[in-house]
Amino acid sequence: MSETSAIVAETAARIFEDLADPQTVNQAKDEGWQAPLWNSLEESGLTLAWVPDALGGAGASLADGFEVVKVAGRFAAAVPLAETLLAGWLLSEAGISSPAGAMTIAPSRWSDDLKIDAAGVLTGKARNVPFGTRAGHIAALADGPSGPVVALVKLGDVRPTEGRNLAGDASVEIAFDKVKAIAHSAAPVGLDRQRLMLLGATVRANQMAGALETVLAITTRYAGERVAFEKPISKFQAVQHNLARLAGETAAAVAAAGSVADTFANGITDDRFFLEAAGAKIRVSEAATEGASIGHQVHGAIGFTKEHILHRFTLRLWSWRDDFGNESDWAVRLGRMIAAKGAEELWPLVASR
Amino acid sequence: MTAAIQFDQLRLPPECEKLRAEVRAFIAEETEAGIIKPSGATGGDSFSREFSRKVGAKGWLGMTWPKKYGGHERTFLERYVVTEELRVANAPTRLHFVADRQSGPILLKYAPEHIKMKVLPAICRGECCFAIGMSEPNSGSDLFAARTRATKADGGWLINGTKIWTSNAHQADYMIGLFRTSAPTKENRRHGLTQFLVDMKTKGITCNPVYQITGHHDFNEVVFENAFVPDDHVLGEIDGAWKQATSELAYERSGPERFLETYYVLEELVRVLGPDPDVRGAEGLGRLVAQLHTLRRMSVSVAGMLHAGKEPVLEAAIVKDVGTIWEQRLPHRARELAAFSEPEATNQVPFDKKLAYATTIAPKLTIQGGTTEVLRGIIARGLGLR
Repeated sequence: MSETSAIVAETAARIFEDLADPQTVNQAKDEGWQAPLWNSLEESGLTLAWVPDALGGAGASLADGFEVVKVAGRFAAAVPLAETLLAGWLLSEAGISSPAGAMTIAPSRWSDDLKIDAAGVLTGKARNVPFGTRAGHIAALADGPSGPVVALVKLGDVRPTEGRNLAGDASVEIAFDKVKAIAHSAAPVGLDRQRLMLLGATVRANQMAGALETVLAITTRYAGERVAFEKPISKFQAVQHNLARLAGETAAAVAAAGSVADTFANGITDDRFFLEAAGAKIRVSEAATEGASIGHQVHGAIGFTKEHILHRFTLRLWSWRDDFGNESDWAVRLGRMIAAKGAEELWPLVASR
Repeated sequence: MTAAIQFDQLRLPPECEKLRAEVRAFIAEETEAGIIKPSGATGGDSFSREFSRKVGAKGWLGMTWPKKYGGHERTFLERYVVTEELRVANAPTRLHFVADRQSGPILLKYAPEHIKMKVLPAICRGECCFAIGMSEPNSGSDLFAARTRATKADGGWLINGTKIWTSNAHQADYMIGLFRTSAPTKENRRHGLTQFLVDMKTKGITCNPVYQITGHHDFNEVVFENAFVPDDHVLGEIDGAWKQATSELAYERSGPERFLETYYVLEELVRVLGPDPDVRGAEGLGRLVAQLHTLRRMSVSVAGMLHAGKEPVLEAAIVKDVGTIWEQRLPHRARELAAFSEPEATNQVPFDKKLAYATTIAPKLTIQGGTTEVLRGIIARGLGLR
């Protein structure tokens, strides 16, 4: 990690520690904690880290932004930080200035079908739009008459349906019923649906890696505190081996997510990025399934309650598996790519990373 | 909070990629010449004097060791590239692999100068095969239960006892053996063991084959009856071998051989599934490739952290735990995915052959060099649980 990335990560971590401590958030009666957190993130320039100064952002590097995303995952705070980062990136790629406030992004599903005409009028439907009721704007990538077009839509101009993911965060269906974009511009060469899905997968993989780090930390701590049969359960070999497996899954997630972030931050967008991003979303999602269940097993009944913070991480881990392509979906795509290249090309591709 | 798990994002530097091209060119030549047999299932497990000598002549053994011992003073990252390319090519590395990876570094650290000058250059030439004398009939994972004795004699030591599961012993020039020189103490049950360099031609050593479930002979029972080992063959501190498990262990645990041992099955699976697999085949293949890619990134990252002088002990143990389980599962997963492939296809025969071999060797992958159970204990310690 570069020095600036470390500073950015530290800044983000401090804000989350102060304003989104999982224990405090979990005990909060309402969502009043969200506004101060968001304001602080915004004031620090973290929400628009991937937007250049000229387009209204903080102009941080891609690497810095990924650090922010990972830190956000460690706290699993229910604010659209990752979505706003992604939206800002998408708009900037097309030279569109980012508005203030929270944004979200569409599509986040392969099956979504968005179209835009030459006048900037959108039609189609996007499902499971994360934080789709909480954002002020939506950055969308739609099929235009002559290729992909980036569009900025005001949330007030569309009617999202109610919907929530497993963790209770808004995840809504948005119908674009001849909605006029407030700005639109052709996407640059190379920026297509797949690129957006790959970057979305990269962002989610990094959030999930962060969340798994926290699951490992709180599970290890709990095992050391909880006494049963007259000793801390961390002294039982069966529990130790479960925690070792959790460490292995967390390690795989951290390595895969960090690797794809580094790849994209270094401007690599070819098959190597495809391997890294699809590979990370697949492997990190598998780690989420495995890791969350170990976390719950070690915590026993208390981890299954609203009162304990564990669910803040595990429920989001499960939900995030589905955003920007789930692991089965990416596995089919990656498998087909490998099969089409042939056996001889497999090792050279793996070894190129 | 527990110690964070960290993987620095290392990419292999340009000199490594140049070297990779050289290794691949060499592999192509050797394949052409029939020394490397891509279709032969047992490739990586095969023993070839000719091949090991050629690898030595290329300068790819003892790569990181000082030049005065025949080494090449190259980086661990360069060694990493050679190791992974030879492993993936199924090259017959059995003769030199243990010597290069683990015995040589022990000698470098603990052998007297004249022994180093004699043995290390032979390893670098690819002429020297090593065995590791650790396990005994009643001492496997619990190394400190070893009972084979070394008793002080005039000018050296007399060894008596039995080592078992000793790979390569029947072909090895030397063994690095762990023998009991004193009884353990009440305070420290690890006390009392000493490492020795043993010339396998020594009188009083008998090798009895132990055949494995693959039908191959790799294991041996090695019986010592008053076998004499001279004083200058003691490696390190007498009674203090337990202190000598060092940072080399991290290299040993996290190398590419810890997840590539059955890689050939994956490549054959791609052939069997063909260029346009159904959804089931594609998904299964995609997941395996994602898992392999992740393991390699973990492994390369640990190599990079070691190279940078860090001590990623926890991460290295995790690579071995996750990696060996993956390579062990791989043949079984490939079998499931290939279940509906066309039995008449030309690529079915090599797949079946390699699958059969990988399936039979798979059980050893999570036992050799530290079992899963032992590794998880090490990881638990790294997490601060013990």
